[in-house]
Amino acid sequence: MADTETFASGPSGTPSGPRAPLDRATHLRMFVRCLAVQGSWNYELLVGNGIGFCVEPALRRLPGGVDGPAYNAALARQCTYFNAHPYLASLAVGSLARAEIDMTPPEKIERFRKALCGPLGSVGDRLVWAAWLPACSLVGLLIFGLGASPLGVVVGFLLLYNIGHLVLRNWGLRAGWQHGLRVASALGAPVLQHGPRYIGRVAAVVGGLALPFAVHRAIGGGPVNTPVPLSVAFFTPVLAVGLVRLHGRIEGWRIVFVILSALVLYSVVR
Amino acid sequence: MLNDAVNASVVARVVDLVPLSLLGGVLGLDVVSFPQAMISRPIVACTLGGTFAGDAVAGLICGAALECLAVESLPVGASRYPEWGSASAVAGVIAAQGAAGSIIPQAGSLAIAVMIGIFTAWIGGWTMVRHRRMIASWARPRLELLAAGNVRTVMSLQLYGLTFDFLRGTLLTLVMLIPTLWFTDWANAHWNLNGDITKAVVVTSVAAVAASAIWKDFHAIAGTRRLFLAALALGTVGVMMRG
Repeated sequence: MADTETFASGPSGTPSGPRAPLDRATHLRMFVRCLAVQGSWNYELLVGNGIGFCVEPALRRLPGGVDGPAYNAALARQCTYFNAHPYLASLAVGSLARAEIDMTPPEKIERFRKALCGPLGSVGDRLVWAAWLPACSLVGLLIFGLGASPLGVVVGFLLLYNIGHLVLRNWGLRAGWQHGLRVASALGAPVLQHGPRYIGRVAAVVGGLALPFAVHRAIGGGPVNTPVPLSVAFFTPVLAVGLVRLHGRIEGWRIVFVILSALVLYSVVR
Repeated sequence: MLNDAVNASVVARVVDLVPLSLLGGVLGLDVVSFPQAMISRPIVACTLGGTFAGDAVAGLICGAALECLAVESLPVGASRYPEWGSASAVAGVIAAQGAAGSIIPQAGSLAIAVMIGIFTAWIGGWTMVRHRRMIASWARPRLELLAAGNVRTVMSLQLYGLTFDFLRGTLLTLVMLIPTLWFTDWANAHWNLNGDITKAVVVTSVAAVAASAIWKDFHAIAGTRRLFLAALALGTVGVMMRG
């Protein structure tokens, strides 16, 4: 809990020396800014300006405050090219803020910044985009399939997803601040290393349960031994196998668009 | 007099679209810029669109269909991917318009809503790329100020990106809603295909995409395919018992 204590104490916005604790207000400002870390995402700096934007509240504590040369030099360093998964960018924000406040030599910070890009991108993509998000989507579809109201589905999905989302961002900021340049040890956390495997297995089970229930509700419910549900049950796996075979050549949504365009055209002009 | 009446109704309809477009802006902003809380996922965004247009259930059903497609596309980094936020708002409104007081959307409306949702998501993906290029071109002449650690430049770049992303989503929603609402009215009036068959085609195609996405996405994890097939069989039995 040492990091919690570190975040908890200290006067807000007061310029102070090396290893000054980060107060709650600064932590909150940085956390809220982390939610907009991709606000100026572009093909030249990627998320670089966003990192500077998020680190800035902590930099106010550097000697000389916002008018000091240390503040300007640190902000300039933090606004250069950077790439990371948006949620795990908070880990970089915490550790870079700590490095700057600790007055780490600039060349060391720049090397560290470069080294951090790859791992934060790949770990975050595997954990969030390829595991947590699809898993929560499939839970949402299962809730829908079980007959929940619109409010139930929306609240169920958003609560589940954002518990993981906000906890991850907050953990990243705290762990980054706690570990500073030794943040690699935080990247070895069991959730980051093994989480995708377990979440993937749960998602596969939830997906398997969700699809039949969601399909049944979407076609209007009712008896299953009638031509429409039976034909859906037959053609869905056939089409799915075809899509798996086309893997990497064309996305499924493009094929669905063609099918539905043909359906709409056929229905309105015949 | 007739012309005045027609003009007034057109103006009233466009004014009705303003809150829907603002909703599209907020949902578009959530995709990448702020706060990525996934209110932009179809199952949420479409339901919100349907609710704004007067029929949450119609929006939810359309949202579930589009969610099956969204499971397939991972929003990874710099790649171009469909922008489901604003697109789902448009689709939800179209689905709700076709529900016309019934419990679920008319089959034709559901097909049109999903089709237009996909098309809007594709256009939205293109606008996101343009938006990112626009930020880069705005940042380029200010790189010296950034290199000097000018805090005003950092803040303004961030605010510029956020504001234009919101405007992008708002305009995209408005521009797509105006013709597609008219088209949906017309297509519903001329819909000749059996409703059950229409629904079956829509649901089959989106469910197949979701099933193939689950099969492909988790293939690297040992045992997931067997777990998926076992759960699919269990789910099917569950539906048969309920039905």
